[in-house]
Amino acid sequence: MNIKGKAWTFGDNIDTDVIIPARYLNTSDPAELARHVMEDADPEFPNKVQQGDIIVGGRNFGCGSSREHAPIAIKAAGVPLVIARSFARIFYRNAFNIGLPLLELDEAVEIKTGDELEVDLDTGVVRNLSTGKEYSAKPIPQFMREILEAGGLMNYMKKRMQGR
Amino acid sequence: MGMTASEKIIADHAGRDSVSPGEIVQVKVDLALANDITAPIAIENLKKAGVEKLADPEKVALVPDHFTPNKDIKAATQALMVRRFAHDMHVKWYFEIGEVGVEHALLPEKGVVLPGDLVLGADSHTCTYGGIGAFSTGVGSTDIAYAMATGETWLKVPPTIRVDVNGRKLQWFYGKDLILHLIGRIGTDGATYMSLEFTGDGMAAFSVEERLTICNMGVEAGAKNAIVPPDDVTLEWVNKRAQRDYKVYSSDSDAAYHSVVELNLSELEPCVARPYSPGNVSPVSEVESEKIAVDQVFIGSCTNGWFSDLKIAAEILKDRKVCKGVRLIIIPATPEIWRRCLKEGLMEIFVEAGAVIGPPTCGPCLGGHMGVLAEGEVAISTSNRNFVGRMGHPKSQVYLANPAVAAASAVAGYIIHPDNIRA
Repeated sequence: MNIKGKAWTFGDNIDTDVIIPARYLNTSDPAELARHVMEDADPEFPNKVQQGDIIVGGRNFGCGSSREHAPIAIKAAGVPLVIARSFARIFYRNAFNIGLPLLELDEAVEIKTGDELEVDLDTGVVRNLSTGKEYSAKPIPQFMREILEAGGLMNYMKKRMQGR
Repeated sequence: MGMTASEKIIADHAGRDSVSPGEIVQVKVDLALANDITAPIAIENLKKAGVEKLADPEKVALVPDHFTPNKDIKAATQALMVRRFAHDMHVKWYFEIGEVGVEHALLPEKGVVLPGDLVLGADSHTCTYGGIGAFSTGVGSTDIAYAMATGETWLKVPPTIRVDVNGRKLQWFYGKDLILHLIGRIGTDGATYMSLEFTGDGMAAFSVEERLTICNMGVEAGAKNAIVPPDDVTLEWVNKRAQRDYKVYSSDSDAAYHSVVELNLSELEPCVARPYSPGNVSPVSEVESEKIAVDQVFIGSCTNGWFSDLKIAAEILKDRKVCKGVRLIIIPATPEIWRRCLKEGLMEIFVEAGAVIGPPTCGPCLGGHMGVLAEGEVAISTSNRNFVGRMGHPKSQVYLANPAVAAASAVAGYIIHPDNIRA
């Protein structure tokens, strides 16, 4: 599966309070959460982000709270993929569980806001069309791929239960 | 090759003789937990998937503690959804106002979680229960929906970092300081995907509640779980509360560890995590020299809302007054702790000092309600996170500390070592 989009870059340790502040957790409506996505890192981000844009982070992206509202807000803002140097583990599970793929890329820091990226999710190859550089992200583990292909964990569960 | 306590718990729950780090295994879950923020998404997921009954309603806990007493109409709507679901699905461990407390204090206190249990919670601080020797880890709402429906989850067996704690701790040094010091040393991603195991002669000096505090903040270093294998201190605490059998797991002497961190307590002083990271840790004496004035002090949360924490605060606040202009908010984590504070005279000390005492809730810790910070305000808090905007305005600041440092700072008006406040 190929994803092409413009990058928005953020630094290390982007926590889930920054991705979606707790003051908005009195709802779980994806559209409403998307209106505040990354607001405490960049108040204008919810207005600037376009359908298909890719978020790029540094180390430990998604650390902190277990709120699934964080990947939901990102996905509902139209972002099809997050690339980071590394992810916090609860965010990692949550994202795949709701069908938002993540890629771990050591060179994530070389990507700049505005760069056009082309990503092959199957091979993990990330092409920066703006700089001409090509990178290899860690391939998505087989088990996470199965969850993605099923369309998230609940659909994976339904398949599994039917199989019993 | 031997196994760690965490590996043994996972192996037993996977129906296996042994497991090793890196393996993905399907495990039985003894308790699936969610709160008023994370349960609604799980409930919607279950409805969408057409799940009409839970795998085992006796192994589900729903604790509406974050925005309760309901802070606004939207929060009330979420709480109502959780209440109806708990009723319709016959959830055994559902708690309502008057009985509800901060989940990670309430469930061990009630004996709902016991040593050797495998607990999955839709709250990142679910790792707390390692303090009594359970394997517990935080996940999101969809994982919890899956666990409620099937009674199982998948886990990747984590490698373990062993933390060897030795030496004698100094006065005013508590479990909170141990974990802050460790996070400062290994970083907020120093244990990502891993297990933290606390061991060594020094651990015996930490009460069970302090051990729960230590494990509570394991996630702030990125850990999947944190554990203090049970000793006599644990069993005495647990046996007062347990209403069913449980199993004690300890690590084998030839268990394999990813790495070992050594901490010598006699070299460590109480510390403070500065904004905006629990890993931004400095000794309190260094912070004191900067005379950082505080607008608000919060003593409570799943980290430090235990009776023993409030007792420490009361010792400092007795016959003293909160500095004029400082707002001291104290929240006992559970109704039982609240009642004990009342009975043993702590409430009178707090009120005389000029504090306000709230009902059990997570409220201020996550900037929910009952103590939200304005732009530019500074707080010192006994909770676990000081991220940007954590307790309110994105331009407010939070310092994290133990209850003694927090109470002393409320008296002084700035962040101070408990030894240095006036009599």
